[in-house]
Amino acid sequence: MSDRMMSASAALAEALLEEMERDETIFIVGEDLTAHAGIFGQFKGIPEKYPSRIIDTPISETCIAGCGVGAALTGMRPIVDFHFSDFVTCGMDELCNQAAKIRYMFGGQVKLPLVVWCPDGAGLRAAAQHSQSLEAWFVHTPGLKVVVPSEAADVKGLIKASIRDDNPVMFFQHKRLFRREGLVPDNPEFIIPLGKAAVKREGKDVSLLTYGSGFFICMDAASQLAEQGIEAEVIDLRTLKPLDMNTIAISIKKTNRAVVVHEACLTGGFGAELVARIQAELFDDLDAPVLRVAAKDVPIPFSPVLEDFVIPKPADVIQSVKTVCYR
Amino acid sequence: MTSEKKTLLSMYRTMVTIRQFETMAGEHFAAGQIPGFIHLSIGQEASSVGVCSCLRPVDYVATTHRGHGHLIAKGADLKRMTAELFGKVTGYCKGKGGSMHIADFSIGIIGANGVVAGGLPLITGAGLSIKLRKTDQVAVVFFGDGASNRGPVHEAMNMASIWKLPVIFVVENNQYASTTPQGYSCSLRDLCQRAAAYNMPGIGVDGNDVIAVRKAALEAISRARSGEGPTMIENKTYRVRGHFEGDPQKYRNQAEVITWQKENDPIARFEQLLVKDRILTGKKSKTIWDEVKSELDEALEFAKNSPFPKPEEALEDLFVNA
Repeated sequence: MSDRMMSASAALAEALLEEMERDETIFIVGEDLTAHAGIFGQFKGIPEKYPSRIIDTPISETCIAGCGVGAALTGMRPIVDFHFSDFVTCGMDELCNQAAKIRYMFGGQVKLPLVVWCPDGAGLRAAAQHSQSLEAWFVHTPGLKVVVPSEAADVKGLIKASIRDDNPVMFFQHKRLFRREGLVPDNPEFIIPLGKAAVKREGKDVSLLTYGSGFFICMDAASQLAEQGIEAEVIDLRTLKPLDMNTIAISIKKTNRAVVVHEACLTGGFGAELVARIQAELFDDLDAPVLRVAAKDVPIPFSPVLEDFVIPKPADVIQSVKTVCYR
Repeated sequence: MTSEKKTLLSMYRTMVTIRQFETMAGEHFAAGQIPGFIHLSIGQEASSVGVCSCLRPVDYVATTHRGHGHLIAKGADLKRMTAELFGKVTGYCKGKGGSMHIADFSIGIIGANGVVAGGLPLITGAGLSIKLRKTDQVAVVFFGDGASNRGPVHEAMNMASIWKLPVIFVVENNQYASTTPQGYSCSLRDLCQRAAAYNMPGIGVDGNDVIAVRKAALEAISRARSGEGPTMIENKTYRVRGHFEGDPQKYRNQAEVITWQKENDPIARFEQLLVKDRILTGKKSKTIWDEVKSELDEALEFAKNSPFPKPEEALEDLFVNA
């Protein structure tokens, strides 16, 4: 067994093909899935191999989400494709009032193995209704797990864990990262458990806590910081719920400084939750206030000049790191 | 006794059970023994029983905030239902659900729902699941005239139709959506006409005639099982109680309620029919009412004697393997 270079898109398709081979209750349902194997080509090979298990729907996000819930309650393992994560607003009742609550409300009678796959994120000049990062909404809803992979290997390992999980999982995969290649193990049992962060770059001076597209921003910033004599440790959280506070704590106890980086807008974002937990649980280990780097609090604008101004960049991370390092 | 007669008597008994359960729930709610709020289905028993008497335990039912009748008709346990209304740990949901959130997956009840029209997208998923698993199950969703105006109804009926899912959409037109008369919120008088927009049959039924409801349900089930797709049934009925218990009901004249109760009570109508056909006698009827009463007394006793959950049990049952 060896690692191969492959895109995040190809990693997703490979994982799905392997899982669908293993478990015949898995099927994919959503809009425009078969003609081009998903609008980002993310389901390459599946329409040919499993034509009855990748199902095109009308444009009906409410019922697509509800279909996933109803099928999950009756013996299937559906994967709901949300087309663009922005459209979750049209299925919020099914996701937050039904999927998230059904097991709990009914006293644990039933499992609900549902994956809601949401392509998200900015940078494609797709403007305000096709560019959002909405993970915090779902972290704020008890009963849902929230996964946000960054590298291709994470996509593969985490989608497999999500499919095999007996609970509803919101899976956010960044649109701009679909073509980005990375090394992916070819072992079909390569699975990344939900709730396990990864230390992807070691450093002693500051902890960069990030996920999704923020990971690449942090890696870029960390390289530049190294040239200036600051060793940043980069932690890819990978799963926001459940959250791996243990890995975060080990890192902060070493560096005594942290910056949280995400592409979602600042106010009420996941960073706010993470910083609150850090100050409550690790106050004595901190030598500086924890800072957040995030998008500005406006909808994502269209014009490239405007969009680039709004979303976070490595320079923003570098500036925050220097602030917390008093440099 | 023929099996048809047995079925009819069993349906009568179930209708009586629903009526007495709802009456009991209303009394204990008024006495402050049931927390929260409850929505009763008195006067709508024929709809629940007419449809569910045609279903097997493997068939699915999704219901509404006004779901006690559907649950009982599908075979739910009275003790566990009553205990759930009282918020007790022995209830169906260990006290986490209450009146609006009762389910019993072991007999195909995939849940009552506190969101109006919430069951329709879910039942479409259950229908798709049946189709993918290639079983002969059917999936029924009950919803009200109020729910029929929500967007998810359109999406669900359209999707069920294009995929020819074994789903039955049962709209119970009980004349009122909370405080709003049906005639105000929809320009159609016959909601079953909407079925035409989805190229599925729409059957309008006197929803207080349990035999007529059963006939429509059997027809729909037969279509569903033979792969011909979904059917919409409109059971025209009447909500005798307020939207919720304690509803001041300023939006309607009590004379209207009394007229429906006197002239169109589904249990009295069915009873007359059974007596006329010599399936039931006055004496036998009294025995059934008494037997149901003692069954409910037991359920009530069970609920009252059951403990409340421990407060920290509020943290359980969120995730599998949590």
